[in-house]
Amino acid sequence: MKHRFSAATLAACAFCLPLASQAQTEVQWWHSMGGALGEWVNDLAKDFNASQKDYKITPTFKGSYDESMTAAIAAYRAGNAPHILQVFEVGTATMMASKGAIKPVGEVMKQSGLPFDPGAYVPAVAGYYTAPNGQMLSFPFNSSTPVFHYNKDAFKAAGLDPEKPPTTWPEVALAAAKLKASGHKCPFTTSWISWTQLESFSAWHNVLYATKNNGFGGLDTRLAFNTPLHVRHIENLANMAKTGLFVYKGRNNAADATFVSGECAMATGSSALYGSVTRNGKFGYGIGTLPYYPDVQGAPQNTVIGGASLWAMSGKKPEEYKAIASFFSYLSKPEVAAASHQRTGYLPVTKASFEMTDKSGFYKKNPGTDVSVTQMIRKTTDKSRGVRLGNFVQIRTIIDEELEGVWKGSKTPKDALDTAVKRGNEQLERFQKANKS
Amino acid sequence: MEKRVLFKSVWLPWVLIAPQMAVILVFFFWPAGQALYQSLLLEDAFGSSSEFVGLENFRRLFADPSYLESFYTTAIFSGLVAVSGLTIALLLAVMANRVVRGAGIYKTLLIWPYATAPVVAGVLWLMMFASPYGVLAYALREVGFEWDHVLNGNHAMALIVMAAVWKQISYNFLFFLAGLQSIPHSLIEAATIDGASPWKRFWSIVFPLLSPTTFFLLVINIVYAFFDTFAIVDAATHGGPGKDTSILVYKVYYDGFKALDINGSAAQSVVLMVIVITLTVVQFKFVEKKVNY
Repeated sequence: MKHRFSAATLAACAFCLPLASQAQTEVQWWHSMGGALGEWVNDLAKDFNASQKDYKITPTFKGSYDESMTAAIAAYRAGNAPHILQVFEVGTATMMASKGAIKPVGEVMKQSGLPFDPGAYVPAVAGYYTAPNGQMLSFPFNSSTPVFHYNKDAFKAAGLDPEKPPTTWPEVALAAAKLKASGHKCPFTTSWISWTQLESFSAWHNVLYATKNNGFGGLDTRLAFNTPLHVRHIENLANMAKTGLFVYKGRNNAADATFVSGECAMATGSSALYGSVTRNGKFGYGIGTLPYYPDVQGAPQNTVIGGASLWAMSGKKPEEYKAIASFFSYLSKPEVAAASHQRTGYLPVTKASFEMTDKSGFYKKNPGTDVSVTQMIRKTTDKSRGVRLGNFVQIRTIIDEELEGVWKGSKTPKDALDTAVKRGNEQLERFQKANKS
Repeated sequence: MEKRVLFKSVWLPWVLIAPQMAVILVFFFWPAGQALYQSLLLEDAFGSSSEFVGLENFRRLFADPSYLESFYTTAIFSGLVAVSGLTIALLLAVMANRVVRGAGIYKTLLIWPYATAPVVAGVLWLMMFASPYGVLAYALREVGFEWDHVLNGNHAMALIVMAAVWKQISYNFLFFLAGLQSIPHSLIEAATIDGASPWKRFWSIVFPLLSPTTFFLLVINIVYAFFDTFAIVDAATHGGPGKDTSILVYKVYYDGFKALDINGSAAQSVVLMVIVITLTVVQFKFVEKKVNY
């Protein structure tokens, strides 16, 4: 009996083997989208899987951006890398410099034979993820940019016009003073200090954050954010901090929650904060463009992107790359990309998806959602294309550390920026050395 | 008179300690060897280009003034964690030892924090002190004290010390309680009859008899403060403001896991290893002499 059973299984397996090889090609996708954004990612995979029969995308949440990147690198070293990895923008230089760990998306698309036009993507978004030779290296999946968030109710209470957000830094200081006079404890705050106040600040004023076109021109780039203009801006913020107009709320996105809760009346932060404020904020919510100094020539230029892109890892089978390519071209479909943009507040990936959203009247119905797009859809300059540096995570932390000395009054802005440049350059030298061979 | 039992066989003792040796080799010597090896290399994050650089990673570390400062920060942090952790736990254990009714409930409740992960401990304390709605930050403001761990280094240090101590108290408490219960009652009763006050009884009888436990816990607590506290720092302060709470092990964690600088991180863990080995040797050489077994 036993023998007959195993023989039967064997016979069955003779049939099941060829069946298995004809089954779907499965693709692993590691991402860092939690909460509502996690649902968005799962919906994308579900809809893609339902749209065809050959491929199956399996998204897996791997923790925060740095956690999933560490996990993927460990997996790569052990020979088990996922097919698709979502990497935040500060990890871009590390991914680009990795020899043989990734397969450029441009190449994946070309080999798959699917129609692919790099020109269809929004230049300011895709340009960040494109190699000097024009090859698209990673797929621009979720990009955001810093914008100015403000609380219309607090503006009304302070006697300010809720429909007119301040557009320049002097106007921000004036509005903050009025908010303070009306009893507001936290008139202005910001998250991601380096991203909003130095990286985007530089592009917005068309000055360099780092030499060699902010790192696009080579690994021998060095930091340059200690010019008189940068010092002037940090001095301005330091004075605002002294008088209680600017309240520092901590590193990374710690300040976001204080704006959503209504504690702080104005905040510079990611455009992707939109979803969280509309869902949880209990006040009139307005979005304005990032403030600038009106006396600076060429300002405002454009802001830089944040968020993440999708990388195809190396060493996979040809049909798996086909699956990846077909998923990426699905994500680029105007209707899919437009729906993602409207759902999350991330920037539209393709020009067609932007036009589609515009035509549908979405921006008119949701005023402020177009701010990030208009800040980005401009002709970029070599100075404003974005910032792509190695060891960028450390450099941002160094900036946090040095500027905290300014906010508590133990360092001058000039001293803090000079030290940050010096310490940051050590990181750049080290990255250059580790990646030269 | 020789009391020890000697093995007649040559290989039996080796066989008996083999499982333990295997565990130590696999879980201690192998990773420690890896750390030593990695600390001499310079690699990119994916390990695709690797270069032998000798002591370059160490030279770079010690040329960095902020790294040298974090030794000082670590000394203060570890000292505060070990001393206050032991003191509070001893106080609680002495109290719990006297309780007759409901002793089980007290003891169980006091052991709970040990089951908490360090990162959760960090987040819990962060939330209590978060400005302006954290319970304790609010209470402090009511009595006129402006709590600000985001920009005040002393407040930030106090915050991580509290979280680290709170998490470790249960462990210390358990050992102290066991130590107290093993002290013969007859000794204390005799002292009581001789007219010694509770204070005198504690310092001249209980505390000396507890010294082996205290010594053991001192070693464990210092090792804990040096190695196991990075998650608390990461959750509560990120090492800030500036570098005021950036203790050595936090930088090891940050450079290795957040910044993907595996070789720099390995070099730091080698330094940390040397410090802890030295500290433990010193403790056994000098402090142990004062211990009565």
